[in-house]
Amino acid sequence: MIEIKNLHATVDGKEILKGIDLTIRPGEVHAIMGPNGSGKSTLSYVLAGREGYEVTKGSVTYFGQDLLALEPEERAAEGLFLAFQYPVEIPGVANTTFLKSAINAMRKRRGESELDAMQFLKHIRAKTKQFGMSDEMLKRAVNVGFSGGEKKRNETLQMAVLEPKFAILDETDSGLDIDALKIVADGVNALRSPERSMLVITHYQRLLEYIVPDKVHVLAHGKIQRSGGKELALELEKHGYKEFGVNEAA
Amino acid sequence: MTTTHSSRHGDLAPAQPYLEQYDRLKAELPGAALSWVRDLREQGRNRFAELGFPTTKVEAWKYTSLKLLERVAFQPAKPAAAGVHFDLLPHVGKGPRLVFVDGFFRADLSSTGGLPAGVELLGLADALSARAELVGEHLGRLAVSDEQRFVALNTAFLADGAVVRVARGVEVAEPVELVFVSLGSDEEPTAFHPRTLLIAEPQSKAVVIEHHVGLGIGATFANHVAEVFVGEGAILHHYKVQREGAEAFHLSNTAATVGKDAFYDNFILTTGARLARNEVHTTLGVGATCHVNGAYMIGDNQHCDTTTVIEHREPHGTSREVYKGAIDDHARAVFQGKIIVRPDAQKTDGHQLNRALLLSDTAEIDSKPELEIYADDVKCSHGATAGELADEALFYLRARGIPKDEARGLLIAAFLSEALDEIPEEPIREAFQGYVSGWLNAR
Repeated sequence: MIEIKNLHATVDGKEILKGIDLTIRPGEVHAIMGPNGSGKSTLSYVLAGREGYEVTKGSVTYFGQDLLALEPEERAAEGLFLAFQYPVEIPGVANTTFLKSAINAMRKRRGESELDAMQFLKHIRAKTKQFGMSDEMLKRAVNVGFSGGEKKRNETLQMAVLEPKFAILDETDSGLDIDALKIVADGVNALRSPERSMLVITHYQRLLEYIVPDKVHVLAHGKIQRSGGKELALELEKHGYKEFGVNEAA
Repeated sequence: MTTTHSSRHGDLAPAQPYLEQYDRLKAELPGAALSWVRDLREQGRNRFAELGFPTTKVEAWKYTSLKLLERVAFQPAKPAAAGVHFDLLPHVGKGPRLVFVDGFFRADLSSTGGLPAGVELLGLADALSARAELVGEHLGRLAVSDEQRFVALNTAFLADGAVVRVARGVEVAEPVELVFVSLGSDEEPTAFHPRTLLIAEPQSKAVVIEHHVGLGIGATFANHVAEVFVGEGAILHHYKVQREGAEAFHLSNTAATVGKDAFYDNFILTTGARLARNEVHTTLGVGATCHVNGAYMIGDNQHCDTTTVIEHREPHGTSREVYKGAIDDHARAVFQGKIIVRPDAQKTDGHQLNRALLLSDTAEIDSKPELEIYADDVKCSHGATAGELADEALFYLRARGIPKDEARGLLIAAFLSEALDEIPEEPIREAFQGYVSGWLNAR
């Protein structure tokens, strides 16, 4: 469903991705592990279509179409979802307004009728409960005054509500205590299905104890250095990223 | 007020046609039989003749040029020949409504039924003709024409407008709405000079909403003056929305005096007119509070100038000012906000905030906050910022499938909400938010 070939990308003229090759099939969960500065977040932004991340070479084919030719909102409409490492605070936009706009934008694109306020609340009620989002949190401005854990729960809620085909989780574990991590991981696991693929980006092995991947890739210096099964994550936990020329404890 | 030499740097030539029109019209204006009305007009005329049109060398007009206005040969408005679609007249509440077309009160379009006892609501021309005692004590008392040339011009042509008077202790439940329609004519550019009096007697409470809309064709020049008296302990909410057309010039001077322990709440929303300037001058008594808030959204070649003076004359006054604006295309906004704290006004608490959102590379804001403080035990602050939409937030919304234009709209509305949230009455706030959405959707 997603095929990344020889992907090169620059940010501010500096080459960060230096030839990524990666294929993810329906239903698979892949993990990308790597040290800071290896290009993990750049990859997630390139796939989601953020401005300022320039692809200089290579291709990304998503369900048979050229993903890189689509606007960010078109990618989202095609079922691509990025759970942000640092969810953005948007003062003045209520969480409910945001979620409702997102859901209705998708529905409109699919030719479905838009949900009104009552239908929308009904639609999200079970999921808000699952992620421990109170009505009060829904009324607040998007991510404003949320703790780190609340922000990540909010990301996972959005994912659950928008039901993507391909989800990228960018360091979703960062800043989470173990209880919050479990809530988020349970939410993610509940979404695993034969039709849905995921790319889990993380620095630490810890998250992968809860979201068990089918494949693990090590990203360093802008390239995938090694690929393997879930046992590769444990190996990295023990030995760190030294063998990839990175002097940093995992 | 200190008189500075620079305030006299006017241009007399463009004032000439208005003076000639005045001489032709003066005998027919309402209340011409009353000597005090005639005198008031003469004073206005003479002052305007002295001051002329401002050039950008006049400090208060440094950022707003009236060259475009000067070039148009405006003629005094005549009672409209064309009809006005009743259904197009805005009405936020269900309360009384006075309608003015090109400055003329239109009883046929207005509704004043169900007014509580102690509330007077009528056109100024009717008041001058039949009940001059109702306005004689207040007319021309606040909006003095000494420095304000367009107050002077308005005073010369003083004829019609709204009179709202709420008697001591009376509370008006429904908002009183004043609708000013700029209709114009396809024959000649049309000018009118409405004068509004809002008189909230001690301990009274009222909400007044001014709508300014363009429903016609051709250039119009609306030169409004409002005199606002908020008596001791009274509460007056005074909201205005200006949505005139692309050929409209809108100048407005509001002068308010806020009595002991009284509260005056002013909000101005601007989306319309080719050129708009709103001046608000408030003076505060002991323990008085004023809010001078507003929002504007402009694009194309629009020019929107907000010039405010909040003058604390006595102790324990509180003033709050929040202005937010979104500026697109080649539009230009001006914000000049002055807080004056006189020597006797100890324990003054005054805060001013003005933020602008620049939506294009060619949009412009000129911002001039000023604090003039002559007392030593006061809390005063001001803040001004200009910025662009946050790329991060825009990407976040788009990454959730929200199309770019809609995402921008959400962020612009969110930016303006800091000002709109200052409107305490929910139905009015929602109506004003609706005007914001309307502007966004039309882009």
